[in-house]
Amino acid sequence: MKLARFFLTGIFFGIVLTKAEAVSWYRIYEMFHFQSFHMYGIIGTALFTGIVGLQIIKKYKVKDYNGLPINIIEKERGFWRYIIGGSLFGLGWALVGCCPGPIFILLGTGTYAIAVVLTGALLGTYIYGLLKDKLPH
Amino acid sequence: MENCKNTMELIFGTWHWAISGFLIGVTMLILTYFGKSFGMSSNLRTMCSMAGAGKFSDFFKLDWREQKWSLAVVLGAFVGGFIAFYFLSDGSGVNVNPETITQLQTLGIDAPNGKLMPDAIFSVETLQSPKGFAILLIGGLLIGFGTRYAGGCTSGHAISGLSNLQLPSLVAVIGFFIGGLAMAHYILPLIFKMA
Repeated sequence: MKLARFFLTGIFFGIVLTKAEAVSWYRIYEMFHFQSFHMYGIIGTALFTGIVGLQIIKKYKVKDYNGLPINIIEKERGFWRYIIGGSLFGLGWALVGCCPGPIFILLGTGTYAIAVVLTGALLGTYIYGLLKDKLPH
Repeated sequence: MENCKNTMELIFGTWHWAISGFLIGVTMLILTYFGKSFGMSSNLRTMCSMAGAGKFSDFFKLDWREQKWSLAVVLGAFVGGFIAFYFLSDGSGVNVNPETITQLQTLGIDAPNGKLMPDAIFSVETLQSPKGFAILLIGGLLIGFGTRYAGGCTSGHAISGLSNLQLPSLVAVIGFFIGGLAMAHYILPLIFKMA
């Protein structure tokens, strides 16, 4: 099954984020109040691992799982979309304490109220799709 | 025996930030090796497309079957959350700073005591109050709209984008903190002191 490896990667990710408590509202609150190093340590270590890993992939031209060259997509240029969109997401992140990944993970931990957050997130995505051409990017 | 007890604590207690961060970085690299990119919020767009949003906006006119791999990751994340919570936890978790707990008390928000989420925001009773429901829905709207506008969330920008030294991702992460700090320091106290 072609999707099995992605499903397993997802399980791994869900376990790590839950055990790291990065899905916890309390950890996000604590992070934004600079009362613990925990979340900064997690993001910093993930970033360090990612930077080193991607440099190795680029330097040795590592081939992907299918034997094809790995092409890492560059982000589109722009300013307003990143600063405004980022700030809006930040407001939501600190309010309900979760980002898109943890929304799905928290459903698995039996936090049913997250279904309302998921509904809101789908609606928000839909509203962006409708307004996209009218917004500065 | 002592060693065994320590190993159990390592697995069933809160995972150390260095181990957690390393494994999150590895997740991103695994998906890169599979020829894909690490990003969770794009699934929200895919789900809108599946629900037929393409009829109302070209933004959702995409072949969602090409995103099946990403939906599989999210489905796995859901199962991973279930496994970690019900089989890999001893209920000792979320030991936040005592100062944080005191501060939350003044806002009427309950201490963790083994919970991942506060009842003051996520309990079924809170969900049934108009204010509680509105907080969750508005939080979700901001997350959905903001991540799509910014073209990514914590995974897409803060981890993948910054790992690839992308300037737009740095701007997005600065945005995450502008919004997050404003909410945590100024708006949350207003919302909860009104209660």
